[in-house]
Amino acid sequence: MSTDSSYYVPASSKLPLAMAFGLLLFVLGSGYTINNLGNEDSNAHWLLFTSFAIIWGTMFFWFGSVIKENDSGMYSDQLNQSFVWGMAWFIFSEVMFFFAFFLALGYVRLFAVPWLGGEGEKGITNILWPAFEATWPLLETPDNELFPGADHSMAMPAFNKLHTWLPFWNTLCLVTSSGTIALAESALKKGNRTFFKLWMVATLTLGYVFVFLQGFEYYEAYTHLGLTLGSGIYGTTFFLMTGFHGFHVCLGAIILTIVTIRGFGGAFSDHDHFGLAAGSWYWHFVDVVWILLVLVVYVF
Amino acid sequence: MSAVIESNHDDHHHGPAKGFSRWLYTTNHKDIGSMYLWFSLIMLFIGGAMAMVIRAELFEPGSQIVSPEFYNQMVTNHGLIMVFGVIMPAFVGFANWMIPMQIGAPDMALPRLNNLSFWILPAAFGILLSTFFMEGGAPNFGWTFYAPLSTEYAPPTVTFFIFSVHIMGASSIMGSINIITTILNMRAPGMTLMKMPLFVWSWFITAYLLIAVMPVLAGAVTMMLMDIHFGTSFFKAAGGGDPVLFQHIFWFFGHPEVYIMILPAFGIVSHIIETFSRKPIFGYSSMVYAIASIALLSFVVWAHHMFTVGMPIAGELFFMYSTMLIAIPTGVKVFNWLSTMFKGSLTFETPMLFSIAFVALFTIGGLSGIMLAIAPADFQYHDTYFVVAHFHYVLVPGALFSLLAGAYYWLPKWTGHMYDETLGKTHFWMSFISVNLTFFPMHFVGLAGMPRRIPDYSMQFADWNMMVSVGAFLFGLSQLLFLFIVIKCVLNGKKATAEVWEGAKGFEWTVDSPPPYHTFSSPPSMETLKA
Repeated sequence: MSTDSSYYVPASSKLPLAMAFGLLLFVLGSGYTINNLGNEDSNAHWLLFTSFAIIWGTMFFWFGSVIKENDSGMYSDQLNQSFVWGMAWFIFSEVMFFFAFFLALGYVRLFAVPWLGGEGEKGITNILWPAFEATWPLLETPDNELFPGADHSMAMPAFNKLHTWLPFWNTLCLVTSSGTIALAESALKKGNRTFFKLWMVATLTLGYVFVFLQGFEYYEAYTHLGLTLGSGIYGTTFFLMTGFHGFHVCLGAIILTIVTIRGFGGAFSDHDHFGLAAGSWYWHFVDVVWILLVLVVYVF
Repeated sequence: MSAVIESNHDDHHHGPAKGFSRWLYTTNHKDIGSMYLWFSLIMLFIGGAMAMVIRAELFEPGSQIVSPEFYNQMVTNHGLIMVFGVIMPAFVGFANWMIPMQIGAPDMALPRLNNLSFWILPAAFGILLSTFFMEGGAPNFGWTFYAPLSTEYAPPTVTFFIFSVHIMGASSIMGSINIITTILNMRAPGMTLMKMPLFVWSWFITAYLLIAVMPVLAGAVTMMLMDIHFGTSFFKAAGGGDPVLFQHIFWFFGHPEVYIMILPAFGIVSHIIETFSRKPIFGYSSMVYAIASIALLSFVVWAHHMFTVGMPIAGELFFMYSTMLIAIPTGVKVFNWLSTMFKGSLTFETPMLFSIAFVALFTIGGLSGIMLAIAPADFQYHDTYFVVAHFHYVLVPGALFSLLAGAYYWLPKWTGHMYDETLGKTHFWMSFISVNLTFFPMHFVGLAGMPRRIPDYSMQFADWNMMVSVGAFLFGLSQLLFLFIVIKCVLNGKKATAEVWEGAKGFEWTVDSPPPYHTFSSPPSMETLKA
């Protein structure tokens, strides 16, 4: 609902057009790059890099002008509420993106794989590969020559060996970091900037450790476990789900890094810190996705 | 309540910028709305030209004009363009123009994001259309791009198609976030949710659907990309995946998408029918609840598009019954429109003619939908021209007619000029006759077994197909008349009054025609609406 103050409508701006141009180059660049994978003569990746430069550059100036406008007092409470709604609905769209992958995993585990193995109402599909048996984690694929299954899965080990299991430490990192960022926010609200900065650094450290451990896990999977993108549906779902989650952790970490740098530069006040609040919601969101992911990808 | 529109500090004029940069850099909801509308009109003629090619090929049995490969590209791109390039952007254009005016807001909530949402659409469709000139030709796997047609057997341009779909989705998501935020945060004081105009309500729910399902589509095309280029096996049974999984994910997006293309139409038609019946809409709150129920049900009906794919019987039954439930809220809406007209002081200007045709012909599409919802019967109808007839009845005399009705209804407000009523009525009758000539016989050939998406057909379907093609050409011609009417209206139509239509209600009719560049510098009072 409207409030008593004015609603700031920005004057015309070149930023959206620059961003649209960046996205145009991104589509062309990624299309040509991917279609020319393995072709040494292709220069298409430069198009892609150019598009990244334009997109990141535009975002820098765009957020810069938003911060400047806010600092000069142009934003009313009502406009700030628009940012809150915008961020909330953006996170909802991200939730639905992950939902597609959870849906895929659920369908594969509950229907597709058992049917291929001859169980259930559509078990007739077993005639395609009569020797195939349905198991999960799926280490023997129906056609093991086309999709050589992994040697080992990432499933949770026995309880007393939990400390040797990377996802355990990853979960610890991410859940703790959700707590530290909440502490950072409450410290800022109380005006305690020292603790605010301290907890932000702690959050970032945990986030980066998570990304590092996840990278290490992929390295292990490829070099020692024989688990790759090409190892059938288990490798497919494992890498795509943890991969997109890891990508979102990276995005969240970039957001929080910028927030922290700005915090060290004296930005944010106890009542005006939407950049931090939005980053923190995003961080909680990747945390929740991770917990669900651990349950359906690793544990059960 | 003295609110001021703050322009840029060094730039205090409140009018539009001069020259072409006005359109490139604009943050004004009316400019952006106009760009959306012109974009979708241009795409309508491009997608329409593809339909003409399809109908020319099907004019007679046998291979006539184009190769089967090119025919497939025509069918695919006709569908993609009409869905993502015409109907959706046109409704977003209406939303941009009308929502701030109908709720008494100065502009959309996030104006720069709004311009970005628009400008990535021409980029996406430019790339999609450029695939016609690339090696391997344009996408040829149907607008539903089922795997493995769209993965293992796709032309190399599928990569560009995938990324185009990604940024079309980004455009829709950003546009919807903007719309939903505007509605939640920028209504005039006193306009509670249940006092919002129905068009605003319909877009509120549509935007929610878009934010919920466009990311799922993004997920689906991402899985395709991984399967094609990076060795994964989402849709490959040899690796433990399943091609049917693609259909589930696609239609989880696809069915809400169907309602994304019709709910705003419900909103537009509701306004027009109440204006030209000179009565408030019958059953306002039941209209709102009906839209909401349709939207919620749309998440649990997707597999009725794939009854013949080999689902467990429990699945067939569940999706059959849940689909039939949708007839109830839809029926509520149709009855409410009829009750609004009942004993009203009706006049039949062009927008009203299109709206009445909408109610009648959309209902035909709805009823054939119920026939298709019957799982055992669907085994006969599936992938025949009966399905083509069904969804064209809800999309052409449904969604497209509502867009035309809305355009005639609000053109005087947008341009400040009246359109030519005689030409408008001519356009209506030409469209009405030709649309039925085009799509009604498709029911017959479909029930008789003519399969869709095939460039040739058996001799016994020849007569009806010739008739369909004649209707289609006539319909295409009629839309050129619409273009002429719009241009004539903009250039030298008669001056329109502020109210334009006798009996029109809502904030948009309290301001001049055309409205000032920034409509409401201070939020209007709900008192001005009482008449």
